Amino acid sequence: MNAINKSLDTTLWHEVCQMDDLIDDVGVCVLVDDVQIALFRVSGNDEIYAINNFDPFSNANVLSRGICGDLKGQVVIASPIYKQHFNLKTGQCLEDETVILPTYSVRIVDASVQLANN
Amino acid sequence: MKKKIVVIGNGMVGHYYVDKLLQSDLELDITVIGAEPRPAYDRVHLSEFFSGKKPEDLALTSRDYYIENGVNAFFGDPVTDINTEKKSITTNGGMSFEYDQLVFATGSYAFIPPIPGNDLPNCMAYRTIDDLGEIKASAKESKVGVVVGGGLLGLECANALMNLGLETHVVEFAPGLMNAQLDEDGSRMLRKKIEALGVRVHTSKSTKQISKGDECRLKMTFAEGDVLETDMIVYSAGIRPYDQLAKSAGLTVGERGGIVIDYHCRASNKDIFAIGECALWAGRTLGLVAPGYRMADIAVSQLTGEAQSFKGADMSTKLKLLGVDVGSIGDSLGNTEGSLRYVYSDACNYIYKSLVVNEDGNKLLGAALVGDCAEYDSLLQYYLNGIDLPEHPDDLILPQRDGSAPVGLGVDALPDTAQICSCNNVSKADLVAAVDSGSHTLGELKSCTKAGTTCGGCSVMVGQILNSELEKRGVEVNTDVCEHFPYTRQDLYMIVRSEQIRNFSDLVSRHGTGLGCDVCKPLVASILASCWNEYILKDEHAPLLDTNDHFLANMQKNGTYSIVPRVPGGEITPDKLIVIGEVAKKYNLYTKITGGQRIDLFGARIDQLPPIWEELVNAGFESGHAYAKSLRTVKSCVGSTWCRFGVQDSVKMAIDLENRYKGLRAPHKFKMAVSGCTRECAEAQSKDVGIIATEKGWNLYVCGNGGMKPRHADLFASDLDDETLIRYIDRFYMFYIRTGDKLQRTSTWMDNLEGGLKYLQEVIINDRLGICGELEKEMALIVNTFHCEWKSTVDDPEKMKRFRHFINSDKKDNKVVFVQERDQIRPASKDEQLEYAETA
Ligand code: SRM
Ligand SMILES: Cc1cc2nc3c(=O)[nH]c(=O)nc-3n(C[C@H](O)[C@H](O)[C@H](O)COP(=O)(O)OP(=O)(O)OC[C@H]3O[C@@H](n4cnc5c(N)ncnc54)[C@H](O)[C@@H]3O)c2cc1C
Ligand code: SF4
Ligand code: FES
Repeated sequence: MNAINKSLDTTLWHEVCQMDDLIDDVGVCVLVDDVQIALFRVSGNDEIYAINNFDPFSNANVLSRGICGDLKGQVVIASPIYKQHFNLKTGQCLEDETVILPTYSVRIVDASVQLANN
Repeated sequence: MKKKIVVIGNGMVGHYYVDKLLQSDLELDITVIGAEPRPAYDRVHLSEFFSGKKPEDLALTSRDYYIENGVNAFFGDPVTDINTEKKSITTNGGMSFEYDQLVFATGSYAFIPPIPGNDLPNCMAYRTIDDLGEIKASAKESKVGVVVGGGLLGLECANALMNLGLETHVVEFAPGLMNAQLDEDGSRMLRKKIEALGVRVHTSKSTKQISKGDECRLKMTFAEGDVLETDMIVYSAGIRPYDQLAKSAGLTVGERGGIVIDYHCRASNKDIFAIGECALWAGRTLGLVAPGYRMADIAVSQLTGEAQSFKGADMSTKLKLLGVDVGSIGDSLGNTEGSLRYVYSDACNYIYKSLVVNEDGNKLLGAALVGDCAEYDSLLQYYLNGIDLPEHPDDLILPQRDGSAPVGLGVDALPDTAQICSCNNVSKADLVAAVDSGSHTLGELKSCTKAGTTCGGCSVMVGQILNSELEKRGVEVNTDVCEHFPYTRQDLYMIVRSEQIRNFSDLVSRHGTGLGCDVCKPLVASILASCWNEYILKDEHAPLLDTNDHFLANMQKNGTYSIVPRVPGGEITPDKLIVIGEVAKKYNLYTKITGGQRIDLFGARIDQLPPIWEELVNAGFESGHAYAKSLRTVKSCVGSTWCRFGVQDSVKMAIDLENRYKGLRAPHKFKMAVSGCTRECAEAQSKDVGIIATEKGWNLYVCGNGGMKPRHADLFASDLDDETLIRYIDRFYMFYIRTGDKLQRTSTWMDNLEGGLKYLQEVIINDRLGICGELEKEMALIVNTFHCEWKSTVDDPEKMKRFRHFINSDKKDNKVVFVQERDQIRPASKDEQLEYAETA
């Protein structure tokens, strides 16, 4: 699981795309310093979330292609392969408490979407 | 030394007996001798032989089964001699066996009235598979058929002749039909109804002579001198126990036949038992299978040492004859002294119901129902369990005009001892115990208790008990799709249709809560597609889709996708094959022939999907929907065009059907196949909808499944023309889409459908719910709005933009690594991936 341990340069905000590259509730994947990050704009609460794209259960970079939604009050993304759910804010896996994925802070500057480490 | 058991006869009861012995812990040396050439089969469903069932389908056991279990079994060789001194038997073929205990399970034969000429060619009985084979062959050459006998079996036989397309007559000696069960008025009503269906009924007729006919093959001359010409005659004038052998062995037999037995099913010799239809118990032979099975249980209990006794049997029956429901319970004729009778008769709709109650009017003694059997289950329970009748017993059979629920007996009112399934002797308590130990669906409950698996008559009640028990246990039968919608899939479907809802956000704001999840979103997407058939990648639908639907391709284990172009019916030109080959080569894709008669191309990166599909669409390919919960393939065999056995053009039919139903979204994927003849090379009977060509058209099979829990499809209708075939399939799919649960294939849907196949036939063929028009309209909308999703996508640059791994880089996903194997690519294993990462 080495891929998920890579982190972004902590001091910098990275511009990754423009707001209109995002479609409500459909994930996209961005590459920042060789780290794959899945981005979601969730229409129900107008938030943008960023979580590592790597699904440790299937060993594939696919989370951006999952379905997002909420379960018991947590906003989650479901892996498209074996359907585990990850809290989009904290990265916590709902089915296995030992698995936590990296998540990233998101800010919007003039319609440009920027990421940084939490 | 092991005790030697010899069983004479391998019919339904004989086999049941042997099976029970095998299930016990007894160490026995068992020999079985059957006169028929094949092991036991399901005689109760014998008539289904005419609707396409083969001997194998009716089989209850096999030679292999007996061999595996150490039973010596011999077929086609009747026992002809018994020596009770030496305790041995001899067969016609000269085999001899000794016994410690001998069991007669010889059943009965069809009674052939002693009429001169009764053995002319084309005069047949209705009892064994061989008989039916003869009837079928004779019917092929016949225009007119006569059934002699207007009882239960005679009418079943008449039904068969009607279905074989003959002008059908029933000739009955008595003044009315089904005299043993129905009083005069009931019998008259039944007669009117079946005459309206085209059967000609002749009562109070005694045949004096059968001879060669003038216009037809045969001529029947009646006592009054009138005649009836016919091409064939089937006798169904009653049955007689096979007791000659017993008689010659010195056993006591009844005056009118039957081997006399006591409460332990023992004959007049202590080492000999008789069970099933050959036995005479308390002066009666019992011509149904349930009492035969009980006798077998009793006979087995004499060996296991827990001796029980036979207490008689309920002879109530419910059947559907020529599409007419007929039921009779207990003393339906009111022979009991002092009994009183309630009668309801509706001559316009051919409905007749009568109740026979005791002198005090508080217990049910019997009932007869013609034309409508809705109350049968309730009445039977009143009768069997001696339950007190309501104050006005006639309420039980009077129609409810104000729309209120009928007064029937709720299942909760039944005592635990109430026998629910008489075929398999399952009581309410047995069902409750099975629910307790975890059977929480109708399918599970049936397979655990066997209730409902023989004649199926008790299924509705089994379902009611299940629901009521689950409710009582507070097992919340939570059928909500998920936390966002307090509804079942079926509810949501009806809401979407009736409120014309066209997107997820409208549905969740009106009827749900929260943002939705990976359960309800794809489900709603599927319902919306089933109802309105809009392009699924429309911005408002795209977020609902599983990745497979979203990228119109199946995601594989390493995050790449597969590509499955549609190949309708499996027919493909060399040019198209070349296109597939060239595309695969150009993009270095792994290719494999699928189990569905088409070609799968694996290992496409997400960004390769658009160019690949562009090439395929330009060459005339369409999406194969391998990713969707919709029609997969319609397999075909080569059919009459090439195959020397084919009787219809199965390839053309498969292509037409595939083009009709492609893209139709349903609760789960569904598959079809069309075979050109009964050799069934397309394996249609393992499909959700299977079609097999016949000389006259198509036989339609439904609700088959391969996969995890294989299920043979049920024969739904026979000899359909093209148009009717398609009409039934349209209705069938739309009804499934309406009522199926989430991710429920048609096979489990059928197993959980109250009323099962019969009910489905009522709905689809006879339009019992009055919805067929709607169903057809709904299907027409889908068929008329078909569009290939890949074509729409390739034509839309905005949509094509979504097919990128990174939106901010053209780099490739470094987890997608392939290695070579057998000259093609395959995904690297985890270790191989690491190796690659180090060398890269
Ligand atoms: C490609 C193929 C295997 C092959 O190499 O031959 C295949 C591959 C998959 N099958 Fe299958 N099935 C394939 C024919 C079958 C068949 C045979 C047939 O259709 O004649 C069956 C049994 C028949 C049946 O369904 O009744 C079959 C029974 C299943 C099942 C079990 C369904 C069940 O009711 O028990 C699943 C799992 C499911 O759907 O939930 C499944 C699911 C799958 C999935 C979609 C699993 C997945 O989610 O990744 C596989 C991926 C397909 C892909 O990526 O394209 N596949 N699968 C076959 C594609 C046929 C086609 O042309 O579309
Ligand atoms: C068309 C039809 C529909 C029916 N529908 C129903 C229904 O809906 N419900 C219901 O409960 N019942 C129904 N029945 C009746 C049911 O099939 C019988 O009650 C049941 O088959 C009796 O079982 P059995 O084993 O006693 O006799 P059988 O099944 O008749 O078996 C007896 C076997 O013993 C063999 N045999 C006879 N003599 C010898 C000998 N000397 N040596 C070796 N073998 C011998 C016979 O050839 C036969 O194979 C129907 C019957 C028919 C024909
Ligand atoms: S099912 Fe019949 S017609 Fe079709 S290929 Fe097989 S034998 Fe020939
Ligand atoms: S009563 Fe025949 S299957 Fe239950």
